Amino acid sequence: MLMHASLALLLVLAGATIGCGAGRSAPVAPTPAPTDESSAAAIARARADSARYPYTAADIAFMQGMIGHHAQAIVMSHLAPERTESASIRTLAARIINAQRDEIAIMERWLRDRQQPVADTSAMHAHQHMGHAMMPGMLTDAQMAELEAARGEEFDRRFLRLMIQHHEGAITMVTELFATDGAAQDQTVFRFAADAQVDQRTEIARMQRMLAALLFAQAEP
Amino acid sequence: MSRVVPTLRHMRRAFSATAVLTLLATASLAAQAKAPSPDPRIGLKAGRYDAGEAAWNMRLVSTTKSPPRFEDGVNSDLAFTGKYAIQGNFNGFVVWDISNPATPVVTTEYFCPASQSDVSVYKHLLFVSGEGMEGRLDCAEGGVPTAISGERLRGIRIFDISDITKPKYVGNVQTCRGSHTHSVLADPNDKDFVYVYVSGSAPVRPEIEMPGCTAGQPGDNPGSAMFRIEVIKVPLANPGAAAIVASPRIFEGLEAPPVHGASPADAEEMAKARAAGAFIATIGGEEMVLPNGFVTQLMGQVMSARGATGAPTAADSAALRTALPGIIAQMMGGSADDARGPKPGPNQCHDITLYPAMGIAGGACEGYGLVLDISNPANPRRLDAVADSNFAYWHSATFNNAGTTVLFTDEWGGGGGPKCRAGDPYEWGANAIFTLKDGKMSFASYYKLPVAQTSLENCVAHNGSLIPVPGRDIKVQAWYQGGISIFDFTDPAKPFEIAFHDRGPLDPTQMQMAGSWSVYWYNGSIVSSEIARGLDIFDVVASPLLTQNEIDAAKTVRFEEFNAQMQPKFTWTPSFPVARAYLDQLERDGGLASGRIRAIRSALTNAERASGAARSTALQTLATQVTADAAGAKDGTKVRTLAETIRGI
Repeated sequence: MLMHASLALLLVLAGATIGCGAGRSAPVAPTPAPTDESSAAAIARARADSARYPYTAADIAFMQGMIGHHAQAIVMSHLAPERTESASIRTLAARIINAQRDEIAIMERWLRDRQQPVADTSAMHAHQHMGHAMMPGMLTDAQMAELEAARGEEFDRRFLRLMIQHHEGAITMVTELFATDGAAQDQTVFRFAADAQVDQRTEIARMQRMLAALLFAQAEP
Repeated sequence: MSRVVPTLRHMRRAFSATAVLTLLATASLAAQAKAPSPDPRIGLKAGRYDAGEAAWNMRLVSTTKSPPRFEDGVNSDLAFTGKYAIQGNFNGFVVWDISNPATPVVTTEYFCPASQSDVSVYKHLLFVSGEGMEGRLDCAEGGVPTAISGERLRGIRIFDISDITKPKYVGNVQTCRGSHTHSVLADPNDKDFVYVYVSGSAPVRPEIEMPGCTAGQPGDNPGSAMFRIEVIKVPLANPGAAAIVASPRIFEGLEAPPVHGASPADAEEMAKARAAGAFIATIGGEEMVLPNGFVTQLMGQVMSARGATGAPTAADSAALRTALPGIIAQMMGGSADDARGPKPGPNQCHDITLYPAMGIAGGACEGYGLVLDISNPANPRRLDAVADSNFAYWHSATFNNAGTTVLFTDEWGGGGGPKCRAGDPYEWGANAIFTLKDGKMSFASYYKLPVAQTSLENCVAHNGSLIPVPGRDIKVQAWYQGGISIFDFTDPAKPFEIAFHDRGPLDPTQMQMAGSWSVYWYNGSIVSSEIARGLDIFDVVASPLLTQNEIDAAKTVRFEEFNAQMQPKFTWTPSFPVARAYLDQLERDGGLASGRIRAIRSALTNAERASGAARSTALQTLATQVTADAAGAKDGTKVRTLAETIRGI
């Protein structure tokens, strides 16, 4: 039994697909740029910033893509409360929701201030992707369905493993951004990308230790 | 925690009364022993230069806008020398003459963009950090257009400020990850050099841009620029010749301890297991002995893949050992190299606070807080490490003056997020306070800004310094748009707030970066670098929580220069204010009978009125009496310290 669970997990992971890079991010549905007074001021401020450090298509694609990427992490985390019995998984999921929701706000503001299209992620649910192309680490429909169906410790194991995969994808997106000519000159993009990379790497290590504890306990006779 | 929960609940209620509180917010508050209720920090009006303000037990003396070329940059850290405060800005740095705190004057503007322009001063030298992709060697604006460029500066800029009105840009030291922050360390044994510890958190530069810069695991690539800090040695007489002399891997062999505190027993067990031939893998930066049941499972898989049956043979074991890193990587994420080790631990520090007088440093390094032995400046050595499941990202460290307590901050969300909302847990984005004994840390408590902020205000624990009140551990700390909080952590298990200042959000409609990046006590003033609003200077206002005598005693401590990341040890020259500060503390805590306190106060007053031999005799007599008081006092130690102070006046 236990043996099978472990093997099944390995098989699921072996089938995980890693999609395209940040520079070729998923198309997003544009929303109209806001036009009220305060955003006019914000746009003016962004223009002043951008005159000094021009942003590039890669920066825009990164910010747009990462919103969709984060949105999926939030969808995954919202599955946790009903499916887990572990307090530490609940805490982890709550942290991810809190952190990534705030980061989405930063990215949306940056894009709106530059009058770039921002996808609406508020209505996103488990079976909806931000476009069809996959960004690094994004869960496939099959992976998401398996996560949704899992309960208890099985959910915990899948959640951790898939969130590790998801976070690793975000780090890949940052790495690709920094390797692109002219990218990340903008201080908001630089700071956000560098911080996201550090925060998620720290969180991966934490999740790996949590996952190891589960797998070890499960294997004990 | 029980202390905190009612406060937060109370604040949620108070949110509904925002309109009423806005009216109250500007009313001045008399010095109070108890925090005002409802908390006036709630409901403050938004604005850049006209935001609503609330203060308790401290007073804003002046706010001065940054010069025009810096007004739209981001103000960052502060360093001090003589009568000057040097303020970093993402567009360069500004030197302020703060000799009159009511009217700081810009002495020098130096335009030289780089994020985040962390500044430190040592004698005639100024060091400035550059981390971002846009920093240029020629200080021009416009950034660097290509991913690989010979024009980019990521590392440390060095300025000669012998004439502070005309800084001379005398050198650079480029580093592989740039410099997010840095800390300066004087070598007690060699006056001709100073060391700079560089922490960088950004991705590694391409090797074509800077030879020798490569990423990866140190086990695989001994030259990896990750998993290390850089130590720069600067000859004071020829700062242009500064160079990296060591890249210590202070994280090597780091065992992630279970929540709080590492155990030498764990390390011993690991060594034993290794000697016994156990299967060991690195998971999440931590080396783990794989339990038997787990190994049996994996062995079964490996044997089945090899077509083997029956009891595992030595060949099966060898096959599992070879396959193990790959299997672990597939199960836990990461690469096979991660699982093979050596244990990489965190791969960089955010900030390192050096406490040379004690020969120790506090490193805030990703998921860990480290204590380092820095008695050999070029070769720091790790003494202890702690992890904390509530901490996202260890940002900086402050020691208490005795070096018996260390406080780490968690800059959750990187400083750009509103992490002080009513729903954000008290343990997240807070300070964690540890006691420190023989180089080992034990968790004592958390301290977080004890008032909720709006979602328009970036807020998380950030930079601050001690206030040199003798006999107490008091820190003034920046919380970005959460404002400034002064708190006492003399008892590391029971920190409490004694003063604050706060403004409303910068923008009424959306969160924009603002607030106090750093706030430090410097020679009697509290100076704050306001990200979007310029330079703020404050006074502490006496209250029962911090008396005028205690403030006066703190003001007797003076420095020629000050960098918060090179923490100086305070010593108090015996004086009347210092003696009276101790007396106030004995009264507050019931450390000595009140009749004796009154008598000693009156004897001190008389001695101060006297002069020459009469004063000296009066003080010696009093000191002898106070020494005798110590025996029967509740706080005999403090009474003896008081006696010594009186004897030394």
